[in-house]
Amino acid sequence: MNWKRAVIAMLAAAPIIALFAFGFTRDPGAIPSPLPGREAPAFKLAVFAPGEASLARPVGDTIRVHDLAGKVLVLNFWASWCLACRDEHLVLSEAGRMYAGRPVQFLGVLYNDRPEAGIRWIAELGGQSYPSVTDERSRTAIDYGLYGVPETFIVDTKGRIAYKHLGPVSAAVLRRWVDSLLPKGAPGDTVPRPRAR
Amino acid sequence: MKRAALTAVAVVAVALCAAQPLCAQDTGAVSRTPAATAVADSALEARTAAVASTLRCPVCQGESIQDSPAELAQQMRDVVRDRLRAGEAPDEIRAYFVSKYGEWILLEPTASGLNVLLYVLPVLLVIGGLAFVVVLVRRWTTPAVNPE
Repeated sequence: MNWKRAVIAMLAAAPIIALFAFGFTRDPGAIPSPLPGREAPAFKLAVFAPGEASLARPVGDTIRVHDLAGKVLVLNFWASWCLACRDEHLVLSEAGRMYAGRPVQFLGVLYNDRPEAGIRWIAELGGQSYPSVTDERSRTAIDYGLYGVPETFIVDTKGRIAYKHLGPVSAAVLRRWVDSLLPKGAPGDTVPRPRAR
Repeated sequence: MKRAALTAVAVVAVALCAAQPLCAQDTGAVSRTPAATAVADSALEARTAAVASTLRCPVCQGESIQDSPAELAQQMRDVVRDRLRAGEAPDEIRAYFVSKYGEWILLEPTASGLNVLLYVLPVLLVIGGLAFVVVLVRRWTTPAVNPE
């Protein structure tokens, strides 16, 4: 009779254990995004930090997502008050330089921050190779389902979001995604490997 | 409770507006009196609050964007207000946020697909638990049969 009770207890406990196992092996802060695979939301944002050399865009210039068709877009949301953004800054800036001359556009979007603070932050960290734009009232951030910074979106050459990265992005992740989305045989197909982190 | 109160405020505000010719739309220059504007604004605010209270704040713990003081929540409320002003229905606005953040953004999940389990399982567990208790109580209260 005891073995019957043991089987019933095990059957009752199994779903509860499975539920806990499911819950404890997931990051409760991670929100699954419905955006990868979909068209990148349109935006029209003004440049406040120009970037450097061949990647530079004049301050006040507007950048539209549709103008970037045919390029892989690396869209990074950041803020000067965000500590984790410091961790990825150098990786992104170096990757921007390394993909210069190829159909790749790196673009920073300032989130809930003042452009002056953003410019000071960039200067403090030794510059940023690619331009950054302002996002008034966070409309673009909300369009991209943002809930914190840093977040990075990689958009393919057809304007579809291929990947969304939460937290500081690594050189390996950037290289894997950007390389996989670049058209094969594009000019300068071999680029130096970004510094691994 | 809170949603019901907000809905009631919205209904009263809209009813007041409908009863007053001051609220009638003017196709010419803006000729609303301050009182009419105030009524229209309070109606819009009530409708904004009703929709915002159904959307989860992405940077908070279990709070709606209506209740949260976070900057992002405030900006999301602005989006709700602007879309209502543009003539969108509450369900269309919720659909917009779901398309950006997923179903997670809804404080009350829709009763479709796997979500049905969220609504059905608690009821089944309560019924199962009651049945279990009834069986146990009967077993305890039934006098043991004497084999003699």
